[in-house]
Amino acid sequence: MTTTIALKRGWRRPAVLPGFPAAFGLTIGWLTLIVLIPVSTIFLKSAGMGWHEFLAVGFSPRALAAYRLSFGTAAAAGLVNAFFGLIVAWVLVRYPFPGKQVVSALVDLPFALPTAVAGIALTALYAPNGWIGQFLAPLGIKVAFTPIGIVIALVFIGLPFVVRSVEPVLADLGNDVEEAAATLGANRPQIMARVILPAIGPALLTGFAMAFARGVGEYGSVIFIAGNMPGRTEIAPLLIVTQLEQYEVAAATAIATIMMLASFAILLLINLIQAWTRVRGAE
Amino acid sequence: MIEVRNITKRFGDFAALHGVDLHIRPGEFIALLGPSGSGKTTLLRIIAGLEFQDGGQVLFSGEDVSNRKVGDRGVGFVFQQYALFRHMTVAQNVAFGLTVKKRRERPKRAEIKARAEELLGLVQLNGLGSRYPGQLSGGQRQRVALARALAIGPKVLLLDEPFGALDAKVRKDLRRWLRELHEQMGLTTIFVTHDQEEALELADRVVVMDHGVIEQVGTPEQVYMEPASAFVSQFVGETNLFPSPEGSLHVRPHDVEIVANGGEAVVVGNVFRKGSAWRIEGKVTGTDRVVEIDLDAKATAPAVGDTIQISPGRSKLFAGG
Repeated sequence: MTTTIALKRGWRRPAVLPGFPAAFGLTIGWLTLIVLIPVSTIFLKSAGMGWHEFLAVGFSPRALAAYRLSFGTAAAAGLVNAFFGLIVAWVLVRYPFPGKQVVSALVDLPFALPTAVAGIALTALYAPNGWIGQFLAPLGIKVAFTPIGIVIALVFIGLPFVVRSVEPVLADLGNDVEEAAATLGANRPQIMARVILPAIGPALLTGFAMAFARGVGEYGSVIFIAGNMPGRTEIAPLLIVTQLEQYEVAAATAIATIMMLASFAILLLINLIQAWTRVRGAE
Repeated sequence: MIEVRNITKRFGDFAALHGVDLHIRPGEFIALLGPSGSGKTTLLRIIAGLEFQDGGQVLFSGEDVSNRKVGDRGVGFVFQQYALFRHMTVAQNVAFGLTVKKRRERPKRAEIKARAEELLGLVQLNGLGSRYPGQLSGGQRQRVALARALAIGPKVLLLDEPFGALDAKVRKDLRRWLRELHEQMGLTTIFVTHDQEEALELADRVVVMDHGVIEQVGTPEQVYMEPASAFVSQFVGETNLFPSPEGSLHVRPHDVEIVANGGEAVVVGNVFRKGSAWRIEGKVTGTDRVVEIDLDAKATAPAVGDTIQISPGRSKLFAGG
C-alpha cells in the first residue's frame, strides 16, 4: 500500500525512511537473479525452434489437454481451499479450544511433507481397494487415477495458503465490527455477506491465488494419484518431464513457456483485482 | 424507561456483576463510571443485548427484553474503537442499518440516501459522505459511528467509552457536542467511562460501580459532595485520608485547612499552580502519608521545605476505608 501511494505522488519524494533507490535496486536485482534469469533461459531455449514448430508442439492436442487439466484442477482445488480454508481460519481465530496449537501445526504440515509422500498416501487411501476408495467404488465413484484425484491432491497441497493469508486479517477485523452490524439489525447471512467477506476479500483472493499457482506447478504429489494417461490425466508439468526424458528439450521448453505466460497473466489479473479492492478499503 | 433488575453475570470464575438494580428515566443522560473490571461495560452490553445475563431481567418501557436479540431491541450502540465498516464509504456506513431492513420495511433508495445525508449534517460531517473511514480523523470517525447508530431511529443510545481513543482537545469538543445533541434529541443515553471528569461534566446522573456492584447512583453534585462509600470518595475526585479512631476521614484537597497552630505538621514537598488554585503536596512529619491541599490562588503559597499546620475541614467519615 505504501508503494502505491509513493508511486502516485511521484517517483521520488522525501521520506522518513531513507533509501528508496537502494531498496528498489536491491529488489529488482534480487528478482532478476532469482526469477528473471532462470525464466528467461526458458524463453531462450524455446526461441531456438521456429515459430511454426513452437506452435505445433506447444498447442498439440496432448499439450492442450494437459493445460486444461492443470489449470482446471488447480482452479477447482483453489476454490475448495478458499471455502474450507476460510472456515478453518475462522475456527482458529474465533474459538478457543483445547489442542488449538496442534490443529494450527497440522495446517502447516502440507508445506513440510515431501509432496511424493502426500501423493503416495492419498493414492493408497483413494485407490479402489484403499480405506476410502473401497466405499466409493461400489457407488461408481472413482477418485484415484481421475481428475478428481488430482483435485484432492492439490487441495491437500494448497490448504495452508488460504488459512495463513486469511487468519491475520480475520484476527484484525475483530468482533466489534460484527457486533456493530448486529446492533444495526443485520442478521447472520447479511453480516457475512456485507461485512466480513468484503473485509477479508483481498486476503482470501491472495490465498486462492497462491493455492492456485502452487496447484498449477505441483508435480510430486499429483503424478502418483493421477494415473498419467496422456490426454486424460496427464498434467502439464508431467508432460514437460516426459518430453525431457525423451530428449525433446525444445518441446519441453515450448510447453513450459506457454504455461508460464498463462500463469503470469492469471496472477497479474488477480493482483490487479486486489490492488483495486485495497484502494477502496484503504486505511 | 430502562429497568435493570437483579442482574448477575459470570465469566468462568470471574463474577462480573452481582445483582445489579438500576432504574433509568426516559430522556436521562447516564454515566456508568468505574475502574476497569468494575462491570460497567458488561452492564452496558447486557442492556444492549450483546451479552446475556445469567440471572435477572432487563426491561424497556416496562417490557421484558431479556431474551430479545440485539437487533430487535432498538438500541443504538457506539463502540470505543468506532467499529466502522472500512470497505464502505461514510454514507454507506451511516445507511447500513436501513439497507439491512426486511424488504417491505426498507425505505426507498432515494429515501435512504436522503436520511444518511441528513444524519451526516446532524453530526456536522456534510460533504464527507463519499470518503472512506480511513480518510477521516478519530473524532470524525466517532461521529460517523454515532450517525450510523442514530440512523435506525433507536429509543436508547448506548456508548462504550466513546471518547477513550481520542486526544484531549478532540475529546473535550466532542463531549460538549454530545451533550448538546442529547439535549436536542432527548434520547435516553447511557455511556460508559472510567474518566470521572467526563462523567461529572456530561451526565444527569452518575452510576459509580466497583467489583460488579453499584456503589452509588446520584447527580454529579451528590457523588462528589456526598459520596456514599469510601470507594466513591476516592474514585470520584481527589481525596485525602486522615486516620481517626472510627475509621478514616475523607477530605477533598480544597477542604483541607491551614491553621496557625494545633494541627498536624506537614513538610511541603511541592507547590504548583493547578488552574485557579495552588496545589500543595506535602508529607505529614514522621510518616509517609501524603497530603494534597488546594489553596486559593490569591493567597500566598508556602515555600517548598516549609512546615505548615493543617486540620481536616469539611470531611466524611468512613469506617475501615
